Amino acid sequence: MLAQNGIPTPEDIAEVLPPAERLAKGPVAIAECFQNIPCDPCYHSCKQGAIKEFTDINQRPQIDFDKCNGCGSCMSRCPGLAIFVVDATFSEQEALVKIPYEFLPIPQVGETVTAINRAGQAVGEARVVKVQNSKVQDRTAVVWLAVAKDLMMEVRHFKTKEVR
Amino acid sequence: MLNTEIVIVGGGPAGLSAALKASQLGAEVTLVDRNDYLGGQLIKQTHRFFGSKQQRASERGIDIARQLASEVKNCEKIKIMTEATALGYYEDGVLLVQQHNKIIPLKPQRLIIATGGAEKSLLFPNNDLPGVYGAGAVQTLVNVYGVKPGNKVLMVGAGNIGVIVSYQLLQAGIEVVGIIEAAPRIGAYWVHAAKVVRAGVPIYTRYTIKRAIGEKEVTGATIVQLDDNWQPIPGTEKDVATDVICLAVGLTPLTELLWQAGCKMVYVPQLGGHVPLRNENLETSVPGIYVAGDVAGIEEASAAMMEGALAGLNAAASLDYSSENLASDRQNIMDQLTGLRSGPVGEKIRQGLTQVIF
Repeated sequence: MLAQNGIPTPEDIAEVLPPAERLAKGPVAIAECFQNIPCDPCYHSCKQGAIKEFTDINQRPQIDFDKCNGCGSCMSRCPGLAIFVVDATFSEQEALVKIPYEFLPIPQVGETVTAINRAGQAVGEARVVKVQNSKVQDRTAVVWLAVAKDLMMEVRHFKTKEVR
Repeated sequence: MLNTEIVIVGGGPAGLSAALKASQLGAEVTLVDRNDYLGGQLIKQTHRFFGSKQQRASERGIDIARQLASEVKNCEKIKIMTEATALGYYEDGVLLVQQHNKIIPLKPQRLIIATGGAEKSLLFPNNDLPGVYGAGAVQTLVNVYGVKPGNKVLMVGAGNIGVIVSYQLLQAGIEVVGIIEAAPRIGAYWVHAAKVVRAGVPIYTRYTIKRAIGEKEVTGATIVQLDDNWQPIPGTEKDVATDVICLAVGLTPLTELLWQAGCKMVYVPQLGGHVPLRNENLETSVPGIYVAGDVAGIEEASAAMMEGALAGLNAAASLDYSSENLASDRQNIMDQLTGLRSGPVGEKIRQGLTQVIF
């Protein structure tokens, strides 16, 4: 489990996932933040008011999935890179997983990368659909990956084929 | 002899914040740092900080360093002495500083010690082989000088420093073969741990290093599992191929000047070692000497900045400098510090602090 090996358990994950009905409506943020630590930039970053105000800075983020439109502004503000956006409606076979990414090289759109799970294991391939890396994001890029639908809650990282 | 109102020793997050706050109230400040740059450890911290908006959360240490340093440099009330080592503080209230082979005596009315912390080491056979580094050195090589310390790193310690430095090594294209941690739990924020684990670095809790392997330099390490009493379990030894062993096993306050000044010190394991007794204003048992940051107890950079600001305000206020907002500024900083330390991860700090306030 997290405290021993840094890998959240399926129970940890289940606790923060949006309900299936919400996933069926389009992109939505998932905060994989499982510890009460003094940190609140995600709340301040959300223009939709979807992340509930912290009454104590040590609270964990609570996302109002109905207000969240999956814009992903919170993703590059989170110091823990713990927020992801999942869009289950991307296509028939594929879902979109948006991943905060701070390694080089930043992949190109259209590139195929190795999809990695929370334990650091390769679970398949993914296609890079879009790369957001604007000045506002301050060196935390957000990479949009198209993955097989059954992998959308597994893939949380990727490796490019080319390593510098 | 240079007579001056406030001398601050240490140009890291605490010292810079102290200088800014004290000078804003109107005090004349001399800031002394032994490095040729300002910013302390912040200059190698490429990751985003936690905390709240007021404490610059989500900003990167390197950017905070640049900004604080430029504010200090632009402030006429602050005299900066870099490449200047504080050698000692004497009964007559003189601080001797060595700069460019000259000894310069300073006589401050108030002294703020913000010297930070020093890394702890670990005893094991062959720990003197080239290739055994402290995490701070590895971070300096990689993030300041752009030099690879080696190709394969074994990280010892899964606190925030061990985990963050591992992440930064990965960013620099260096392989991290694993992070071992003697405690049964990861000490780092779990989001950091999750971040390095999914990037391919395994974390092994209840493991320690038994010996470094190598003749002229590190070629590997023997690691061993620990039982409930932190004793090695025979037969669980494993050899790991690595050319760098990076020690991230904690910090201890850098308190020599405080001892020499005769400040009352107390041993508080939760704060990393011997720390000075201080009152709510961060003034030590020697009137006029204030402390802030890791030298007052090992914490995070955000707490160091808050403490620095508080010590700066209080030192200047004790010289009769004031402003309309002094009381509310001070209260605001104290509230933020309380907030930062209020959660479960702040428990150790809270326990430690109860032992040092007089």
